[in-house]
Amino acid sequence: MPFDRMVRAVDDWAGARGRRDVFAQIGSTDWRPSNLAWSALLEPDEFRRRVREATVLVAHAGMGSILTALEAGKPILVMPRRGDLHETRNDHQIATARQFLALGRVAVALDEHELPRKLDEIESLAASEPISRYASPRLLAAVRSFIHDVR
Amino acid sequence: MSTRAGVSSLQHHAVVRRSVRWVPDGLCEKTLIIRSINGQNKREPQGAPSRPRLLAIASGGGHWVQLLRLRPAFEGCDVTFVTVSRAYQQDIGTEAFQIVNDATRWDKVGLIKMGLKLAWIVLTVRPHVVVSTGAAPGYFAIRLARLLGARALWLDSIANVEHVSMTCELVAKHADLRLTQWEHLARPDGPKFEGAVL
Repeated sequence: MPFDRMVRAVDDWAGARGRRDVFAQIGSTDWRPSNLAWSALLEPDEFRRRVREATVLVAHAGMGSILTALEAGKPILVMPRRGDLHETRNDHQIATARQFLALGRVAVALDEHELPRKLDEIESLAASEPISRYASPRLLAAVRSFIHDVR
Repeated sequence: MSTRAGVSSLQHHAVVRRSVRWVPDGLCEKTLIIRSINGQNKREPQGAPSRPRLLAIASGGGHWVQLLRLRPAFEGCDVTFVTVSRAYQQDIGTEAFQIVNDATRWDKVGLIKMGLKLAWIVLTVRPHVVVSTGAAPGYFAIRLARLLGARALWLDSIANVEHVSMTCELVAKHADLRLTQWEHLARPDGPKFEGAVL
């Protein structure tokens, strides 16, 4: 789904700060960036390469993006999509962003006005140890037990 | 009508009739045709099979990423992954992989198309177990696979922090086990908490 509000805010910030080092995967967003290198959709291996090479990720507050960043050990700044603006189905991303901020897993900019301020601080976001590729042992054990019908 | 005495044409017939009663019209024909082509419908003996056939199904994005994080739990199974984009096949190994079109509850035509493809997948894979991290494709796969006697596990997305998804509520009568990834969302008559993908 398009997320013009975020892409445009990052584009404006990159222009204002003279940044030449930002790459964006913009999906079905209509806004065409002037200050970002961009692609609508990256092939999976190119996506993985760009994540590896990035210092920081900026994304919507979706679990795919958040888990990708955590698995790669990259700091991530998220901006939640809003349901009332038809950016997604409902406001669950706002709750996700708040919860993961409270857990210290992400940085959050709640809207396009806060985003440039947070982007200015982006270099101070620390990288962390990559999380494991797999779910918690407890959940894996529960799923295994269910599959093999262990009572 | 259905006795447990091995595979008999009478039991086969009973399975077909039970399936036909529950599926909507568009799927009835397909069920009957494929059953008659398959001929033998091997019913597994009582108890868990030694190498279960597992259907692991998720929509894209976070749903898919969370499903992948469960992979160690799928060891010892014959897994078929089902999702909504061919590009995701790069994330798995040599396991079987199928795609369905993505659709939400507002896209009736898309849902019917998805339902037909899922019916085909379920009838050809004949899973013992379905595991889904959501969303709509998982719901329909569970409904369909249950008609063939599969057991189903629904893992609600970790993104659902304040309340579980609507689909998690809808699948309550159909999933054998529902899990939420937030302890505060666990309920005595609702989803349980058994840890998270993180």
